[in-house]
Amino acid sequence: MNTHAIELRQVTKIFGGGRSLFGGSRHAVKAVDDVSLTLRRGETLAVVGESGSGKSTLARMLVGLEQPTTGDMRIAGHDAVELRRQGARVFGKIVQYVFQDPVASLNPRKTISDILDTPLKLLNGYTQEKRRARMADLLDAVQMPRDTLGRYPHEFSGGQAQRIAIARALAAEAQILILDEPVSALDVSVQAQVLLLLQELKQTLDLSYLFISHDLAVVEAISDRVAVMRSGRLVEEASVETLFKAPQDPYTRQLIGSAPKIRRN
Amino acid sequence: MTDSVVAASNPARGPSRVSSWSLLFNNRLAAIGLLLLGALVLVALLAPVLPLPDPNATALAQRLQPLLSEGQLLGTDELGRDILSRLIWGSRVSMTVGFAATLVAAAIGSAIGLLSGYAGGRMDNVMMRGIDMLMAFPYILLALAIVAALGPGLMNALYAIAVVNIPFFARNVRGVTLALSRAEFVDAARLSGKGHLSVLCTELLPNVLPVIVITMSTTAGWMILETAGLSFLGLGAQPPQADLGSMLGAGRAQLFTAPHVSVVPGVMIFLIVISLNVLGDGIRDILDPRLRSGALLRPGPRTAVHPDRTSPKNGNTDAVLNVEALETGFIRNGRYTAAVQEISLHLNPGECLGLIGESGSGKSVTALSIMGLVNSPPGLIRNGAIYLDGEDVLAMPEIRLISCRGSRVAYIFQDPLTTLHPMHPIGRQVEEAIAAHQRLDRQTLRKHSIMLLERVGIPDAGERAKHFPHQLSGGQRQRVGIAMALANDPDVIIADEPTTALDVTVQAQILDLLRDLQKERGMALLFITHDFGVVAEVCDRVAVMKDGVVVETGETQALLSNPQHNYTKRLIACVPEIGQGQDFLNRVSKLFRPEQSV
Repeated sequence: MNTHAIELRQVTKIFGGGRSLFGGSRHAVKAVDDVSLTLRRGETLAVVGESGSGKSTLARMLVGLEQPTTGDMRIAGHDAVELRRQGARVFGKIVQYVFQDPVASLNPRKTISDILDTPLKLLNGYTQEKRRARMADLLDAVQMPRDTLGRYPHEFSGGQAQRIAIARALAAEAQILILDEPVSALDVSVQAQVLLLLQELKQTLDLSYLFISHDLAVVEAISDRVAVMRSGRLVEEASVETLFKAPQDPYTRQLIGSAPKIRRN
Repeated sequence: MTDSVVAASNPARGPSRVSSWSLLFNNRLAAIGLLLLGALVLVALLAPVLPLPDPNATALAQRLQPLLSEGQLLGTDELGRDILSRLIWGSRVSMTVGFAATLVAAAIGSAIGLLSGYAGGRMDNVMMRGIDMLMAFPYILLALAIVAALGPGLMNALYAIAVVNIPFFARNVRGVTLALSRAEFVDAARLSGKGHLSVLCTELLPNVLPVIVITMSTTAGWMILETAGLSFLGLGAQPPQADLGSMLGAGRAQLFTAPHVSVVPGVMIFLIVISLNVLGDGIRDILDPRLRSGALLRPGPRTAVHPDRTSPKNGNTDAVLNVEALETGFIRNGRYTAAVQEISLHLNPGECLGLIGESGSGKSVTALSIMGLVNSPPGLIRNGAIYLDGEDVLAMPEIRLISCRGSRVAYIFQDPLTTLHPMHPIGRQVEEAIAAHQRLDRQTLRKHSIMLLERVGIPDAGERAKHFPHQLSGGQRQRVGIAMALANDPDVIIADEPTTALDVTVQAQILDLLRDLQKERGMALLFITHDFGVVAEVCDRVAVMKDGVVVETGETQALLSNPQHNYTKRLIACVPEIGQGQDFLNRVSKLFRPEQSV
């Protein structure tokens, strides 16, 4: 069995570029520049960086919403290009994505039941009875009441909507979750609860997380290893203990130093 | 300790939704339109069963009978045909053609709009240029050309009208689709295994539908008018078939001898179109959520203050700003609900007070109330007093209040991209802020503004002043926001989450800047945030808000290290800090799952 959930080798993504209609060359942006990373099974790898560092582009490539310009991606031992060819449904069974803004990631005109039904039906091909039973399980897993199903997204607070979005990602029964700033839009007390939920789910369901964040304190609490990105490049990668005790790269040190602290005692 | 778990399991029900029907009937004009249209459609539908004479039966002996003549309520036309009968049968034809054309145009136009908005790129370009070509011709001319090519006849008129109206639907729908197809829920649906067609039909279409309905309701009347227009020119309904336009055309010759022959169908067209338009406006008001929440109501220059408010005495005359027992609320559907209550805060000269709380705790309402910036309607300051250097802001005349804004109390907002004007260079915006309160000549203004920009740390300020907001990074834009707040040397600056949209490294720089400026100028700073770390960095004292009330106030260090109120304790325990590592999750798990920790 492959021990690597995700392997990236020298992945680069360039936006723009090429020739415009009248022959002038277009402005090209290297959003991700020669990044190699490994996410082991059962591990939480945090990708940290400020806005524009390319961390979201990296995440979107991993779920197939963008394609790398060059480089190899292997997801659960399969080549990503091969997976793409087999179609979105195969991809979705292996890796799922949790968005930053939970409310925007839920269609305002669909009930929660419709939203959860889609992956269960299309990705898992369950019968209607099985789907109904799974939905109830999923709501239990994310600690939401059963009457959630008949409601619309706008009836929920940010934290509740994020629980629903996590339930949708779990519905696909993928082993790998890409979490793109899943708690940064939430209030601190809700953030703590969602982090706790993510940690519990990981243990009970044996998941691997790629956790994208700009908040170092959150990252330290939840991850096993940390990768720091800046302007599309990977500047440092280390276990969480090493990185916070002895940061090597000056940029990492600056990030840690800039984080506001509650100076207690 | 378990109250938030309980709260999490009880999703708050939104305010009770008002049904669309009751909203429509609240709008009197729209209701009249609906009733009138309903009556007209009903009569037209019942035409075959009504006891009407044959609309095409001619009786030359009875020609041009006046209104209300015996046996012919609306008289007869130049061939002696009964006008009432022709009117009802004719309306039936006109309305059918108009509505059918609306449906055809809506279906084709929306499909084009959806496809081109979703596909984007080259496909979008090709389709939209095609639509542009349709729009390049004056549409009655285009309709005439189409009918001329296809030959006169009702069906051909229908096609022509549908074709010329496709662009309205295509462009409206494309705009909405374009914005929606970049939405996260579309990505999410694709990751859930949906194909493109399924995303288009089940995710995007339901969200675009209101736009389609609005466009239909506003163009249907127009299309009936166009049908009548083509028939009037003899290109639509062919004799002897009755149709409102052709009746009007035929009656034109007798306009002076028997005006009723043309006036009657004219009035009918008028009634149909006006009822449709009035109804369409009503439907638009209902389906457009912005109009529904009353966003088009123009807010007054200051927040309304209740005339019977309690006005407590100034209990702290040393403070530069003293808020006493403030209560601000909103009036929705005629009912007043308080957003913040019993807020008492004071700000000494040169002091920084942090106002901290989670979303919805009323921090911003409190901050905006101070200078009367809460929109009214729906805002209302119900109770309390706000003393600025001992003078009650709520009792100030409007002109005086406005002159205090910016000169004595200035605001810094969260997102400088939305507060800076995108079309003006930043230097000019700072100059404007100065000129609002000081009469200076251009040269001095420019010098002042560049000095301010330099002071807030914009490198090469003289050159940078010519740049537009979008050319600056988020941190630099916030520096411009700070420069504008400083422009008139205010005594108090109210900063509403000034660093929330910024990266941590930039946040650290902006906080440093604010601290330095505050020391240098001796300003008082009211700092609103949700981040305890930020409070610890800049504030002397902190007030903690929860559900519109201040639950605890104290010196920053004392409050953070020894919080008294349960809510504050809990909130501080939920803040992850660097250096705690995984202990953080153990700590919060005790907080939220007490049953497991026992």
